[in-house]
Amino acid sequence: MATTELETSRADSVWRQRLSRWDVKASPYLYIAPFFIVFALFGLFPIIYTAVISLMDWDTIRNSGEYIGFGNFEYVLNDRKFWVSLRNTFSIFILSSIPQIVIATFVAAMLDHHLKARTFWRMGVLVPYVMMPVAVALIFSQLYADSYGLVNHWLGMIGIDPIQWHKDVIPSHVAIASMVNFRWIGYNTLILLAAMQAIPRELYEAAALDGAGKSRRFFSVTLPQIRPTAIFVIITSTIGGLQIFDEPRMFDSAGNGGADQQWLTITMYMYNTGWGELNFGRASAIAWLLFLIILVFGLLNFWLTRKFISSDKGGE
Amino acid sequence: MSFTRRKKMLGAVAGTAIFALTLAACSSDDGDTTDEATGGATAEATDEAEGSGDPVSLTLATFNTPGFSNSENDADYQYDLIEEYMELNPNVTITYDRKAESGDARENFFTKLGPGGLADVEMVEVDWMPEVMQYSDLLADLSDPEVEGRWVDYVEAGATDADGRLIGYGTDTGPQGVCYRADLFEAAGLPSSPDEVATLLDGDWDNFFAVGDDYVDGSGGSAFFDSASGIWQGMTNQLDVAYEDPESGELIVLDNEAVKANYDQLMAASETQSSHFGQWTEDWFAGLSNGAYATMLCPPWMLGVIEGNATDTTDWNLANVYPNGGGNWGGSWLTVPANGENVEAATAFANWLTAPEQQAKAFANAGTYPSQVAAYDDPAVTGAVNAYFNDAPIGEIFAERAQAVVPSPYKGEYYFQVNDAINNALTRVEDGTDDPAASWDKAVADIESIG
Repeated sequence: MATTELETSRADSVWRQRLSRWDVKASPYLYIAPFFIVFALFGLFPIIYTAVISLMDWDTIRNSGEYIGFGNFEYVLNDRKFWVSLRNTFSIFILSSIPQIVIATFVAAMLDHHLKARTFWRMGVLVPYVMMPVAVALIFSQLYADSYGLVNHWLGMIGIDPIQWHKDVIPSHVAIASMVNFRWIGYNTLILLAAMQAIPRELYEAAALDGAGKSRRFFSVTLPQIRPTAIFVIITSTIGGLQIFDEPRMFDSAGNGGADQQWLTITMYMYNTGWGELNFGRASAIAWLLFLIILVFGLLNFWLTRKFISSDKGGE
Repeated sequence: MSFTRRKKMLGAVAGTAIFALTLAACSSDDGDTTDEATGGATAEATDEAEGSGDPVSLTLATFNTPGFSNSENDADYQYDLIEEYMELNPNVTITYDRKAESGDARENFFTKLGPGGLADVEMVEVDWMPEVMQYSDLLADLSDPEVEGRWVDYVEAGATDADGRLIGYGTDTGPQGVCYRADLFEAAGLPSSPDEVATLLDGDWDNFFAVGDDYVDGSGGSAFFDSASGIWQGMTNQLDVAYEDPESGELIVLDNEAVKANYDQLMAASETQSSHFGQWTEDWFAGLSNGAYATMLCPPWMLGVIEGNATDTTDWNLANVYPNGGGNWGGSWLTVPANGENVEAATAFANWLTAPEQQAKAFANAGTYPSQVAAYDDPAVTGAVNAYFNDAPIGEIFAERAQAVVPSPYKGEYYFQVNDAINNALTRVEDGTDDPAASWDKAVADIESIG
């Protein structure tokens, strides 16, 4: 009797032990499961679905298609518009992201000083970000009108010929990039400012005692210390920049990127193929190409950022 | 999320342009006063058919301001057609869903057309009707002896598919006249009263461009018309065959000499006669008031665009004339998706709503010009004058313009891609990016890659 009881309780405790071991091992997975289930439904499934459709001549309305192999990819890669849109996307991306991050870092460094009415200035840089995109688009479209726009009016007053914002390639990119920068500089400034505030003040004091000037402290203390945040900002603005859609789409009323595809971006090309021509197979192929481009470019940026803003200078 | 944002912005940016398109899209049919009795009878007949006891809920989806109900933008309309129908048919409950603009409605339409989920009655705009026609088998056949001949020919033809099924009841339409600036005509030494201008422009496109040359000479080099694209839609819609073969649906645009001839003629004229401002650009809006161009092809909904953007100008007039006959720009139909739950009740409702007397009310509400023949005898429509256009009798003028419109050429699967390619070609020349020949070559390359 006693033995059986003992055995039962031993079996019990073995079971409980196993259960608790299993609990320790499996629970974390259970807790993160909701995210991955949702991701599988709304992230992974569409990605795979897009991949399947991209290999088909897909009729989204009749929900049927015919397998055509890599025909869509072949068409897109041979389409002049794809390459033009790729050029435009990178051009607008470079014209927006680089000034954006440089200016944001500079403004953040300024805001990091002991200013009067600090909160006012900090909130001030965020104003463009909370502005209604509609209002921003309205203002900029009036500014950049080719013949009767304000910018050309001002340029005329100092004797510069009107710039054909909606006709020439680079001016249209500059105009669009200025809209993007207007909107995103403040946002990035605040993120970088938060990173700068977290830098221990002793580092600056030590640097100052060692005789480092203002700019030296900025380059040798601030920049290396905000490296992880800078990587985050650069990667997110890379992804955002390569997916740029709203601003070029709103740059004229037709939203087709100009008569000569002057400012057609990849996402607009994809949207026009899908929703304009109702050719979702081809649009899916473009989506996948864009995905690959962003992946490659994101990794490249990550590598470059690590290389150039190295932490060894800051690692005293 | 970014797409919604984009749409909202687009809406705001395009502002009046979209508003104008919306008006066009939403215009509803007007009925004759003489038809009112019939309309009432129809409603009663519908009631009986529904058994008036069984409750039915219907949904109606439109865009812009078709003038159906006060729920459109909190409008203060004289008539509320939705309420009226529900009073006539107590068993019917109608839910009205209005999208801000045609593009939203189009996206929604094609997302749900296959899987289901569309409203019982869906409004479709002339701009995407050719695409809808590709899927006409998914829409209910609305043919009914009772509605035969209700609309002007081109409206009925535009909604009739290859098998002869009528899939849409016309609401509004956009017959065009010519808007012109009397002061500028006078300054250029041309006759300037509406009747004189109508006589002057009466003729084909050669005549139109010849007058344009006179205007350019007389005005010292000012532009005669607004943009090549605006004229292009007028010229192309008068062709019997344009981009695609009506029988086989194949692309024939590059072998169609009429298209290239139009292109050459228009490009030759536009060099001096066009203001080179693309329609709906900021510069084009500014040109409405600053006299950058003297004429524009003018559907009824364009009157509101001009008035809204050139409030201080008093010299815009409307001439009862159109080069080479007639032309339509804009308009909508009501369709009934075949997989809906209440196809019969929905058809009856669409029938009632597009009857001449209802559309005359919609015209009074929102200025959407009717496509119903009977409406053109209705004093409520023919009596309409536009104070801004120097009291132009717009009701009479557009009734005549509508009757002059010939059915537009067959528009198939590739119509918009081809049209975009050619419009881009025109714009490139107007922008000075390319010369006409090089720009045409680019369009040819674009068209060849379609498919």
